[in-house]
Amino acid sequence: MGNHCEGGEVPGQTFDRMLGFLKKPVVVTAEINLSLVALTVVGLMSRLWGLSYPRAVVFDEVYYGQFVSLYMKRIFFVDDSGPPLGHMLLALGGYLGGFDGNFLWNRIGAEYSTNVPVCSLRFLPALAGALCIPLAYQILVELRFSHCAALGAALLILLENSLITQSRFMLLESILIFFILLAVLSYLKFYNLQRHSSFSGRWWFWLLLSGVACSCAVGVKYMGLFTYMLLLVIAGLHFWHMLGDQNLSNVSLVCHFLARGLTLLIIPVATYLSFFYVHLTLLYRSGPHDQIMTSAFQASLEGGLARITQGQPLEVAYGSQITLRNVLGKPMQCWLHSHTNTYPIRYENGRGSSHQQQVTCYPFKDVNNWWIVKDPGMQQLVVSNPPRPVRHGHIVQLVHGITTRYLNTHDVAAPLSPHSQEVSCYIDYNISMPAQNLWRVEIVNRESDTDVWKTILSEVRFVHVNTSAVLKLSGASLPEWGYRQLEVVGEKLSKGYHQSMVWNVEEHRYGKSQEQKEREVELHSPTRMDISKNLSFMAKFTELQWKILTLKNEDTEHKYSSSALDWITMDTNIAYWLHPTSGAQIHLLGNVCTWASANVAAVVYTCLSLWYLIRRRRKIYDIPEDAWQLWVSAGQICVGGWVVNYLPFFLMEKTLFLYHYLPALTFQILLIPIVLQHLSDHLCRSLLSKSMFSALTVAWFSSVCFAYRTFSPVTYGEPLSVAELKDLRWKDSWNILIRKQGH
Amino acid sequence: SMPAAGGGRAGSGPLRQRGARRPQGAPPVSALASRAPAGWRAALGLVTLLSFASRFHRLPEPPHVCWDETHFGKMGSYYINRTFFFDVHPPLGKMLIGLAGYLSGYDGTFPFQKPGDRYEQHNYMGMRGFCAFLGSCLVPFAYLTVLELSKSLPAALLTAFILIFDTGCITLSQYILLDPILMFFLMGAVLSMVKCNSCADRPFSASWWLWLSLTGVNLAGAMGVKFVGLFVVLLVGLNTIYNLWDLLGNLSLSLVMFGKHFLARVLCLILLPLTLYVAMFAVHFAVLNKSGPGDGFFSSAFQSQLIGNNLHNVSIPEHLAYGSVVTMKNLRMAGGYLHSHWHLYPEGVGARQQQVTAYLHKDLNNLWIIKKHDSDTADLLDSSSPVEFVRHGDIIRLEHKETSRNLHSHQHEAPLTRKHFQVTGYGINGTGDSNDFWRIEVVGRRAGKLIKVLRSKIRLTHVATGCILGSSGKTLPKWGWEQVEVTCTPYVKETPNSLWNFEDHINPKLPNISLDVLKPSFVEILLESHMVMIRGNSGLKPKDNEVTSKPWHWPINYQGLRFSGVNETDYRVYLLGNPVVWWLNLFTIGLYLLIAISTAVVLKRGVQLTSEHKGELSRVVLRGGGQVALGWLLHYLPFFMMGRVLYFHHYFPAMLFSSMLTGKYWMLGEGEAETRTENCAVLDGHFNSSHSFYLFHPLSYGMIGPMASDPSSPMAGLRWMDSWEF
Repeated sequence: MGNHCEGGEVPGQTFDRMLGFLKKPVVVTAEINLSLVALTVVGLMSRLWGLSYPRAVVFDEVYYGQFVSLYMKRIFFVDDSGPPLGHMLLALGGYLGGFDGNFLWNRIGAEYSTNVPVCSLRFLPALAGALCIPLAYQILVELRFSHCAALGAALLILLENSLITQSRFMLLESILIFFILLAVLSYLKFYNLQRHSSFSGRWWFWLLLSGVACSCAVGVKYMGLFTYMLLLVIAGLHFWHMLGDQNLSNVSLVCHFLARGLTLLIIPVATYLSFFYVHLTLLYRSGPHDQIMTSAFQASLEGGLARITQGQPLEVAYGSQITLRNVLGKPMQCWLHSHTNTYPIRYENGRGSSHQQQVTCYPFKDVNNWWIVKDPGMQQLVVSNPPRPVRHGHIVQLVHGITTRYLNTHDVAAPLSPHSQEVSCYIDYNISMPAQNLWRVEIVNRESDTDVWKTILSEVRFVHVNTSAVLKLSGASLPEWGYRQLEVVGEKLSKGYHQSMVWNVEEHRYGKSQEQKEREVELHSPTRMDISKNLSFMAKFTELQWKILTLKNEDTEHKYSSSALDWITMDTNIAYWLHPTSGAQIHLLGNVCTWASANVAAVVYTCLSLWYLIRRRRKIYDIPEDAWQLWVSAGQICVGGWVVNYLPFFLMEKTLFLYHYLPALTFQILLIPIVLQHLSDHLCRSLLSKSMFSALTVAWFSSVCFAYRTFSPVTYGEPLSVAELKDLRWKDSWNILIRKQGH
Repeated sequence: SMPAAGGGRAGSGPLRQRGARRPQGAPPVSALASRAPAGWRAALGLVTLLSFASRFHRLPEPPHVCWDETHFGKMGSYYINRTFFFDVHPPLGKMLIGLAGYLSGYDGTFPFQKPGDRYEQHNYMGMRGFCAFLGSCLVPFAYLTVLELSKSLPAALLTAFILIFDTGCITLSQYILLDPILMFFLMGAVLSMVKCNSCADRPFSASWWLWLSLTGVNLAGAMGVKFVGLFVVLLVGLNTIYNLWDLLGNLSLSLVMFGKHFLARVLCLILLPLTLYVAMFAVHFAVLNKSGPGDGFFSSAFQSQLIGNNLHNVSIPEHLAYGSVVTMKNLRMAGGYLHSHWHLYPEGVGARQQQVTAYLHKDLNNLWIIKKHDSDTADLLDSSSPVEFVRHGDIIRLEHKETSRNLHSHQHEAPLTRKHFQVTGYGINGTGDSNDFWRIEVVGRRAGKLIKVLRSKIRLTHVATGCILGSSGKTLPKWGWEQVEVTCTPYVKETPNSLWNFEDHINPKLPNISLDVLKPSFVEILLESHMVMIRGNSGLKPKDNEVTSKPWHWPINYQGLRFSGVNETDYRVYLLGNPVVWWLNLFTIGLYLLIAISTAVVLKRGVQLTSEHKGELSRVVLRGGGQVALGWLLHYLPFFMMGRVLYFHHYFPAMLFSSMLTGKYWMLGEGEAETRTENCAVLDGHFNSSHSFYLFHPLSYGMIGPMASDPSSPMAGLRWMDSWEF
């Protein structure tokens, strides 16, 4: 960073120039900003020093670690916490360190076995965390603040305990912050080149880097989206100002617009897609989260369902033996099921039932999940030759394979959802309750009205012919008499499309047995198939992305969860790790002094801006115009960055932790030197007050250093005595673990 | 009467200056725009008449409870019977329904149990008529607003006809619902705001004050009906900030004058609505003074105010002492009393000890005796010994009065919330072990303070494990008599789940005081009821397997709402917008965005235009249209972020704005060269909307007979979208 190599050879010039090196010696002048280099080195030291300590699972490593292991074993998984780039980068560390994935990530504090390359697993986040320091420096320089202010920003980031803690473990926030800062920096570089050298190579480079860094940030965590949006808005504003520039021709404006659209919209989307492409290419084996995905997706993975479905007949025909899976997959994946038990004559609440055979949805593979598609006009239960495929709109009967009873529904209230109809397998009790077992097949994702019902691919609704009720999974689980299986009902008031009413064929074979005995044997035997199906990448991507976004984990309570309001004042901390015997512990705990000053800076910035704005409205100009422009653009980035990365958390309903605040905090810290320099430049008029101010700043900075020193034991996990630990508990709400002494 | 429209519109400074620079013999465009169109009064009369006719037509049909009438009609009855109830919306709308019912002679005896119940002899027309009246006012309000914004009679007429002929607006206005009331105040606020903007050139005149304060009054009304009223408050707020910013930039205005402007707005738009809003709550609590179904949602202190509640007019000892017999109520909404009974946890659920649950009803098994942790309290009950009060931070034991077992917890997992610890009753005749010790703490107090009945929020910390006694809110299975689970949570968090208060308190040695002393102040009641409402609102979550309406469905009129009737023989009413109108609205929004963006770009690029054109473009397209489009956005976009259950009818406030935009926009070119084609288009618009209204009117006015999917139905062929179900 910061090494500008200039001179040497300028490419693309005439032959004459190319031979110029014969006349003049080749000179490389390198301008090295030594303070920047020094900062980087110190930063690397602060983040990388003793990286493999503690050699135990620290906090969320227990969570991310399992994904690293799955990457190593190429096993497919779904993580609802975010897109795959972050996980992949962590896995890259493991790959470079030669990790074989064999570690049981089950508890925080567990010792790592010798096959886990702790250092390389933690290296990438730490490196990203360290590089944030020169990035902060550069951002302030590009915002046209002084070297001194830039140095201050870098030092504040360097001495921020919470950022250090978060960088030193296998966690994603430091990578996220790195990409966010990189995106901001490259956008600023691009913007500053704008005036003099539009469309130059460097201009394109920084613009492109900004777009790519944005999509990397989004790819690590969805939080990155906030900064991306901020940059888009700022880019939009800048372009809006360009529109007003009469010196630019319409054509060049269109070119500018297209260049921005390409680099800030299209390329990020493409990059984002490529993360998923790599993710899906890497993970090709079936694994623990298969059942969340549709049958088609599962069939594309090696092992698991694919082993069963490989080579099934594609088109469902009359006489086909099928299992029907509910598409919703909530509360769990399940298949349409029936068994010989009947509905109880009276339910506990006194309502009556039809006392016919139960139809449920069963979450496990079972021979009772098999159904036979029958043509109502014919008796036979085998596939004719050639097979007659079932199409959209056809009327079928569904025969339960083992009991040979017909799927039926009628105007009897369902056991748990009395507003819907009961679904049963019909038993004729001769009580003037006729069979109503005709169902119309409606293929939801059909392309035309003559579409054939296909295995796995077709999503089908079964509409009851007599009552137009739709076969639906209600999601409730039946009481003891129904073996806690899930209730299936006929929904009378079907209000549009919902996945709980849609089913797809998962296992499928053409039935050949005429006799029931033979058929039972056939149903018990595994299916044999002859074609394989492969989903396109886009189909897989859409499904996986949708699942990631909609998968809802149960609201988990956590000891260290906090509310967004606690973060500003740092009323909360997170204990990351505790040594089993000594008092050594690691906490996510910020530099108190920096946090307080950052808050003050934000307040001062807001008040001063309002004051200037109102005064400017009355045509009173307190500061020169260019200083005002600097002030505004710095605020756009720093205050804007803080706001977009912080306020949305008030609307979120998920479990929140202190580390969610770190990206916002980074922006807020950048604001401190900006405000300080502004105060010293424009409000301290006399020399005396300027030197007073500098002295105060130095005093304040030493207090930052002091706070860093004080809390560094819990940042780096140095052993501490009980008394020392008690001294560190500056706030009552902090949860510092103090072991009870024996006496 | 209609204030004369001046040249300066909407109070924008630079534009006004531009307008002032306009030469006297201005081109016809501005001349037309600055005059109030002739005949606007007659047109107003016409649209009002049509509006009332369409809303009151077949109002008594169907004579049974439709859709949400079951809620709001019931709540109206509660006001008439003065019974306390709880609802997630603020009280104004239901109070007005109750008032309308009361004035029209409804006696509040109809139970409104479920949709489809027949009204029989009960007088429901007063309430429906009131809602229909307010719903009818929307049309003239929209007409006047558009007239004011665009100064164009055809534009205003188009808006009015769109609304008159919209089947959705008619249906929504014909029943006992909150929506017509909400939309009345909302449109009232918009109209007054627009009128007030027109008076900007005559600040502090009588009409200016009138419209400004009317805006405030309507804002209070909108907020008082539903919290959705907040969006119109935002709209008015943004408009006010814009105006003030404009005034600030006007250097001819002294700061003192600016201060006056500022204070006038604070007075009319903040203080006045706030006072009215608080006042309607005061009326609400004054009217509802009898115990009813809503009691359980509120705190014990509040319940003591309600006639008929068991806490009303009782007198109990104020401070807790050792030996007292008490009941403890969980502070979560509808939280139960700490309860135990002679039944053990079943095999496999933690330790096989006596169950401890939370129970919502009053029962002898809710009684607990407070004892010291180290000594038995038998001697304390002896009348000769001195009274010893329980203090914040004390370590106590709670003995269940009926079974003489101690409240106990240990490191077994709780029955339902696996991460918490199980709470049991343990010991024989009050003798247990050290796991029976609990530290009693009052939230926000220091050590040594006494503990008050009802008022103190209590936390019970288990001494041995450090966990906190709480109620998870989950219902136990049959073995637990479907009571609510009580656990000991190791997560030290301040939530109402883990807070309790003492409700009953028996101690013969202490003097009783009347609960009136503990009466909560009005401010406390106000805050409490808001907390309860907000929690109730966010509690309305859709279930996983339920089909719900999505915000993107709404503008395309994707799916309606069944108001009444399902089968062929039923009298069916279906809430669905007039598709022609709605799709025209949708199209206009798209077109408006396109035009607004291109206009803005053209102005920014400084394309050579006459200043006249420039002023006109920015005034009509950006300022006036922007205001309406902003209203649409504010009433629509927030729904995308809401987690609660949404319904189609939530879109109707936004639909009002989009109809105004349609009316306004289609008249943009009016007065220019293509007057004739424009007029044709407009006539076409009128014709289309009225014709489609003729086609679809059975949706609102009711239909009997075969469903539309049946070819013999009169509505056959009108199911243009598969998702419509009529």
